[in-house]
Parts: sequence; structure tokens; C-alpha cells
Amino acid sequence: MELLTIKIWFVLEKVLLIAGIIGLSLFIAMYTTYAERKVAGWMQDRHGPNRAGPFGILQPLADGGKLFFKEEIIPLASNKFLFVLGPALAMITALVTSSVIPWAAPFVTKEGTVIPMQVADVDMGILLVFSIVSVGVYGIMIGGWSSNNKFSLIAAIRGASQMVSYELPMGLALLAVLFMTGSLKMSEIVSTQIQHGWHIIYQPLGFIIFFICALAECNRTPFDLPEAENELNFGYHQEYSSMKLGFYLFAEYINMFISSAIMVTLFLGGYDIPFVNEASWGLPAFWMTFISFSVFMAKIFFFLFVFIWIRWTIPRFRYDQLMNLGWKKLIPLALLNMIITAAVMLLLKK
Amino acid sequence: MSITQILFWLLSVIAIFSALMVVSSKNPVYSVLWLILTFFSISGHYILLNAQFLAIVNIIVYAGAIMVLFLFVIMLMNLNKETEPQKHKWLRMAGAIAGGALLLVLVAALKNVDIKNQEALVNEGNVGLIKNLGRELFTTYVVPFEISSILFLSAMVGTIVIGKKE
Repeated sequence: MELLTIKIWFVLEKVLLIAGIIGLSLFIAMYTTYAERKVAGWMQDRHGPNRAGPFGILQPLADGGKLFFKEEIIPLASNKFLFVLGPALAMITALVTSSVIPWAAPFVTKEGTVIPMQVADVDMGILLVFSIVSVGVYGIMIGGWSSNNKFSLIAAIRGASQMVSYELPMGLALLAVLFMTGSLKMSEIVSTQIQHGWHIIYQPLGFIIFFICALAECNRTPFDLPEAENELNFGYHQEYSSMKLGFYLFAEYINMFISSAIMVTLFLGGYDIPFVNEASWGLPAFWMTFISFSVFMAKIFFFLFVFIWIRWTIPRFRYDQLMNLGWKKLIPLALLNMIITAAVMLLLKK
Repeated sequence: MSITQILFWLLSVIAIFSALMVVSSKNPVYSVLWLILTFFSISGHYILLNAQFLAIVNIIVYAGAIMVLFLFVIMLMNLNKETEPQKHKWLRMAGAIAGGALLLVLVAALKNVDIKNQEALVNEGNVGLIKNLGRELFTTYVVPFEISSILFLSAMVGTIVIGKKE
């Protein structure tokens, strides 16, 4: 059996890393809900949650407990298996995406073994993320359809067509970045940025397009059409209650977290510390990894704040405006960006 | 058995079973979902052959985009078990005969192929890696590649023309 030849340490290392990343994603998603309500309160000149614990710090736990103990209702006319599969798929696809992100500088032990802070550094890296994102549509579609509710179905179809449409400009904006790195590997995308400067400097337009598409992919305001209350009551998760609803809401926050991490990796240098050459400091390996991880998280928190900020300042788009923006403005812009990048790179090489 | 062989058998069983379920499911939505599972297991086979790019693109394009459109149509038309029209017996017979004829043609075409000495390269070979694949597509196979892209473009234009017609 070749199965037994796998090194036990390797497996242990990866299992620990996966458990850590999933725990981290859940924890951050939990406190993003708190941050969202606090920032909303701040922007609307009120307190926000402040009853559970000091400054309302235990509010996410209270929310989670409430969702767990709510009565679980599965509509009689619904398709029961698919009704349960929907939120499960949404959650799984949200969590799997984190597997290719390099979270920190690789940890070098005293014996010289390099432990990458990344679950899998596959050749297809960023394309793998895109494939999982494109499968993530099914969580919404299956949930919306199996509820057997017209509002849910319309919302699900809206959500799916929005996500499919915005994947195209997102992919085109990504292509321009890939021209510069010449590799799909996430670790190499980060290391080229450490050497040559962050991609946001060379690709400001690409970054803006990518960011807008990320908003649309996460179903966040101003593109939260699948949850437009005034048109659709509640959206694709209307018939859901208890923790299944919790899964849908939670998956959205995990998606926000992961897409921030991906934007940081692609455009803001990943775990790179700006303006300094941290490799020359000669810090112990543990501190190197720890500091780079903290820098990475700080950049992610900035993006999460921007997501929340946008939600509480910009009103929702109309559906036709959303489609016009996606197909008639972002795709041509992204194509133009791609062609200019290619032309400039060709000129510089000659 | 090595781990590749175990994976191969596992993926093959999933692929064939889910493909059969696509045909035999009464509910069209279930058929589409089984078809998605089929695509995933085929992607697994591609990865076993070290054709990583093909595997990922298969998921992005087929499982992620085309199947979503299938689901759109089925969900919006509200095709259910009840609304599915009952087909005549002779129609089923005709289907079976046509399928059998296709099988016969395939078997006849492939019967002289030397399969035994043509083992698939499992877990090795690097044509499937994105760098080599791109170079091959734009040098050796550039003409068929461009022709197929023109074919896609014309299909797109055709769809828009049909869609614009009142």
C-alpha cells in the first residue's frame, strides 16, 4: 500500500493548518457581523449592540445561540433533500476557497525544513479559486428553487445570473495580473510582488474592476439584488429558519473574508510589509511568520471595513443597472486593461 | 493497489453511476445535479492524468456556467415529475434503437484500435500543465484553435441575432 508511505508529519501539519484556517474564517466571520453592526451604528450616529458583555463583545455568540435554538421549519411543499443541501453547499464552497491562499511567510524550522503557511500550493492556484466560486452559485440556486416559493426562485435566479455575469470581468482583470506574474501559483504571485512592487501600482484599473466584481460576487450592497427586501420580501433564503438561515448569512461573511484575502494576495502584496525589506532584519523564524501574518490580517481588516463602509453609504442598484454595468462597462474596460497591459509588456521586453 | 488506482476506480464508479442517474432521474432538476457530479468526477480523472488546466476549466465552464444555464431553463419552465409528458412506447423503442446503433458505430470504429499497448500516463507527463498547453495551442495547433474560436464567435452572434428577432 502506497497510502502508508505518506509522511505522518506532513499530514499532521496540513490537518493543523486546515483546522486553524477554518477556525479563523469562522471566528472572523462571527466578528465581522459584530463589526458590521458597530460600524453601522457609528455611521448612523447611534450605539450599535452594547448589551451582551462589555461593548457588546459577546453579541455574535448571542446571535449564534439564538439561531441554534430557533424552531427549524422545512416547508411541506419543499424538496427536502435539496432544501438541506443548499445551505450546506453555500457553506462548503465558502470555506474551501481558503485552501490556496498563502497566509504568512513560510516558517523555517531550526533543521531547515520549510513549512509553508498555505494548505496547498497547487499550480492552478487562482484558477482553483475561480472554479470553486463558480460552483458556489449552486448553494443559492438550489436553496431558492427547493423552497418552492416564487420570491425565493426569482431571487436565486437573480443571484446566480449576477454571479455568472460578474465572473467574466473579474477573470479578465485577473488575466492582466497573470501577464505580470507569469504564473497561477498563489505563492509566486506574492513573491513577484515582494520583488517588483505591488500589483495595485501597475494595475489600478484592474484592481478597481476586481473590487467591484468582488462586491457583486459576495452579494454585498450595492449589488445585493438577491436580498432586495422591497422587491422580494427577503430573498433566496426566505423559507429558511434556524441554523440553515444562519449558514446562508454566515457564508456571506466568510465569502467577504476570503475575497478580501484574495484581493490582498493579488493586488496588495499578500503578506508583504510595505516600504521595508523585512528579510534583512534577521528576525527569528517564528516572529517573521507571526509579523507577516499580522500584516496580512491588517490588510484584510481594511478591506472588510471598506465592504461595511460601502454597505452603509451606497444605495442598492436597480437590476438593469447592475447588468448594464457588468456587461457594457466593466467587461470592455477589463478587456482594454488587458490589451494595454499586454502591449506595454511586449514593448518593455523588446 | 496504489492510491492512483484506488482513486481511478472510485472516480469511474461515481462517473458511471451519476451518468446513469442523469438519464434515469424522473425530475429534470435532479438530472442536472447528477450531471454536475459527473463533470466533477471527470475532472478528477483529468487530474489523475496530470491535465490540471483541463480539469479546472471543465469545472469552471461546464459545471459552473453551462449547468447554471440548464438549471435556469428548467427552473423557470417549472418542469416537474408531474408535468413531464408521457412518451409513447414506440418512441422509447426508437430511442433505444438509435442509441444501440450509435454504440455499434463506436464499437466498430474503435475495434481495431490498439488499446493494450497504449496505456494512459497516470500522474506523469506535463503537456497538461498550463505553460506547455498554452505553447502547444499557439504554435502547433494554432489554426484549429483559431478556427474553433471563430466558430464560437459565430455561434454567439447567431444567438444574439435570434434573440433580437421579435
